[in-house]
Amino acid sequence: MKIVALCGVGVGTSAILKINAERALARLDIEADVTATDVAGVRTVGADAQVILTSSELVAAIGKTNADIVVIDNYFDVDELAAKLEAALG
Amino acid sequence: MPLPPLPLEAIAIGVHVDDWRGAVAAAGDALERSGATTPEYTKRMIAVIEEFGAYVVIAPGLALAHARPGPDVHSEGLSIVTLAEPVAFGHPHNDPVSVVLGLAVTSSDEHVLLVAELANVFNDPHVIPSLAAATEADAIRALLGVPTPTEEPS
Repeated sequence: MKIVALCGVGVGTSAILKINAERALARLDIEADVTATDVAGVRTVGADAQVILTSSELVAAIGKTNADIVVIDNYFDVDELAAKLEAALG
Repeated sequence: MPLPPLPLEAIAIGVHVDDWRGAVAAAGDALERSGATTPEYTKRMIAVIEEFGAYVVIAPGLALAHARPGPDVHSEGLSIVTLAEPVAFGHPHNDPVSVVLGLAVTSSDEHVLLVAELANVFNDPHVIPSLAAATEADAIRALLGVPTPTEEPS
């Protein structure tokens, strides 16, 4: 399974989102590959992704996708990430 | 990997700003003072938010100002600014912002360990309000788990 963590420029925030998403997935005992990317890369990197994690601010920039778009409010809140990932993948 | 030492130049406490641009500029100024970046990088951090919106407000009260690596980054750097009066960035959930981190990296790969450590620090939800309330640089360093630079006069 592939999950994409999206931010505007692909350094910093998407890396934090990736790290905490991996912590949430470990807690849920779900095997998945989490890739950090930027808005410019999401069409290609996200093409075969099941879930795209991002901020509410960037949803419009994603465009057309078959992936579930999951909006994360607090990137450091592993509880929020786990609950939303479980809902999207369950 | 611990966070890099935060020199006094990279810390600004109780800064007065008018708006989010002022808050990001203060984080950029602190990166410049510490020798990590040039003023051009500060402009690029503001441009990221102008282009993509307030997504850099990644937790309640906290903005992580950053831009891509570039020639305006001399070395990897972190700065922290706390605001005397919180300002809105335009984020639907996490406004207003009282703590701004400025992050500069020289390559897309090297920042991963740095942000992993940031994630460790901020997984504790008490850290952001404690940083906002801190009045001394050493209190901020202690909250972030970074050592006090030894060459600094006390």
